[in-house]
Amino acid sequence: MLAGTIFLRAANFIDACYIVAFSLFIYGMSGLTGPRTAVRGNKIAATGMAIAVIATLLTPHVLSGSSTPWLIALGLVLGTAIGIPAARNVRMTAMPQMVALFNGVGGGAVALIAWIEYRHRFGGTFALKTEIPTLFAAIIGSISFWGSGIAFGKLQAILPSRPIKLPLQAVVNLGLFAIAVASAIILASGTHSQALFILGILVTAALLGNMLVLPIGGADMPVVISLLNAFTGLSAAATGIALNNTAMIVAGMIVGASGTILTNLMAKAMNRSVPAIVAGGFGGEIAAPAAGGDEDRGPVKSTTAQDVAIQLLYSRQVVIAPGYGMAVAQAQYAVRDLEKALESKGVRVLFAIHPVAGRMPGHMNVLLAESQVPYDLLKSMDEVNPEFQRTDVTLVIGANDVTNPAAKNEPGSPIYGMPILEVDKSKSVIVLKRSMASGFAGIDNPLFYEPETSMLFGDAKQSVTDITAAVQAL
Amino acid sequence: MTTITEIAILVLAAFVGFEVISKVPNTLHTPLMSGTNAIHGIVLLGGLLLMHEARGILEHVILVIAITFGTINIMGGFFVTDRMLEMFKRKPEPAPAAVEGASADGAGPDGAARPPEQTPRGGAP
Repeated sequence: MLAGTIFLRAANFIDACYIVAFSLFIYGMSGLTGPRTAVRGNKIAATGMAIAVIATLLTPHVLSGSSTPWLIALGLVLGTAIGIPAARNVRMTAMPQMVALFNGVGGGAVALIAWIEYRHRFGGTFALKTEIPTLFAAIIGSISFWGSGIAFGKLQAILPSRPIKLPLQAVVNLGLFAIAVASAIILASGTHSQALFILGILVTAALLGNMLVLPIGGADMPVVISLLNAFTGLSAAATGIALNNTAMIVAGMIVGASGTILTNLMAKAMNRSVPAIVAGGFGGEIAAPAAGGDEDRGPVKSTTAQDVAIQLLYSRQVVIAPGYGMAVAQAQYAVRDLEKALESKGVRVLFAIHPVAGRMPGHMNVLLAESQVPYDLLKSMDEVNPEFQRTDVTLVIGANDVTNPAAKNEPGSPIYGMPILEVDKSKSVIVLKRSMASGFAGIDNPLFYEPETSMLFGDAKQSVTDITAAVQAL
Repeated sequence: MTTITEIAILVLAAFVGFEVISKVPNTLHTPLMSGTNAIHGIVLLGGLLLMHEARGILEHVILVIAITFGTINIMGGFFVTDRMLEMFKRKPEPAPAAVEGASADGAGPDGAARPPEQTPRGGAP
């Protein structure tokens, strides 16, 4: 009797801790809505996480058994020893792949936990209420783990970032999905089969995760990363239902909901639907990069850093439109120096940030914040588009598809309808580019052949540094 | 807890998630994503709760890996978000200059005390 009371008290205490924990998640995340409160918001959420973990460790029986505490400690120490140095050392330019990686391990944890759940709870008297969320978590967690792995590979350039297409992709994906769902139904209806769980659920979902992300091109990565993040959140919430854990349900679902919103925002910014992106590639039929067939567009004007500097100094307003190329070249500090040099000569400088520039939502903002570009110079697409008419020179640094006027003018173009930075409206455009290769979408950019456009070929960082030096010398 | 209670919690949490996130400015999308990314590391709790029930080497190994993964997700996620957000924190100094025209005050360079586009619930601890 007494023991029962003590147990009850302990359980209430744990539940109270969970309520505190998820309140802190919500409060912390609402802090992320403004740059001033964001740092604190993140710390508040982290505190909530610490409380949730400690409360779990205090739960009766959790540390029972001679080896249990050591194995738990081993996992926690290993995870900390890997996670913190990785987070500390990652370059800001490599942030998308880091986020993909952290997301992937989360999905992996979900899938593994679902596997253990399956081994323990199925085939006996356990209710569908446990089985259905567990199977859901296993499928989605596994998709998220493998999908994030592929996304990481593409962003880290281990895998080619161009869409990798397989014949009958859609049919194969549908087939895999059907197998996973059918296996889940068979398992939930009472069959206990370890082999079916591993093959039908985990392996099938793993293949599906690979197949879903392989055909996705680099430009669609922000959408995919955000989608996989939402997936992992949903699967964590499902695990929470299976384990009767409120903190997991709330935390997982908040991530699922916010990830879904973010995914939709990204997709909208590209005027594409999420299913179309998941179905793969831009338009599908343009698998081969249009490398050779561009000559009919007319000649391309190329220029020098010296000429660019003169042109910039004659300007009243300059807009810089950065893209993934700036991240690749690590040119954010050089760009900041150029901005300062121009400001000191009385030229107004703005930055035009396309919502999907780069490989992650807000990628450009993070890089420019790193190099300390003032916050108020970063203009979103809607703010900056009316500015282009008043702009003397627009510098396009490593951006391609997000400036492609074909999205407005050529109904046949695969990106037709995508909102773009209307750089072609400015008096002149200078495109910093490594070579004439087309963007990640593999689409030719008519902007380069416009009479007011000139190209400055070379490494973006070097080019920007040269321009800055020339500006300062003049 | 009954299933219906849990589903109620699930649905309410979804609305909270929608509500909180729809206010986040574009600039903070990356930290937001990496912050929420850290939060789903909560699945770590599942590994902790199941460890004492594990039988045999295989299950122990799987759970140690799951706990490791969950911890990487949490630690890495929060840490990297903090790093990113610290970069944004230095930014606001010049920001008041941009809104100066709107408030027509000429408060000088120390106008930072005025919170320009903060959410109205300013009284945070």
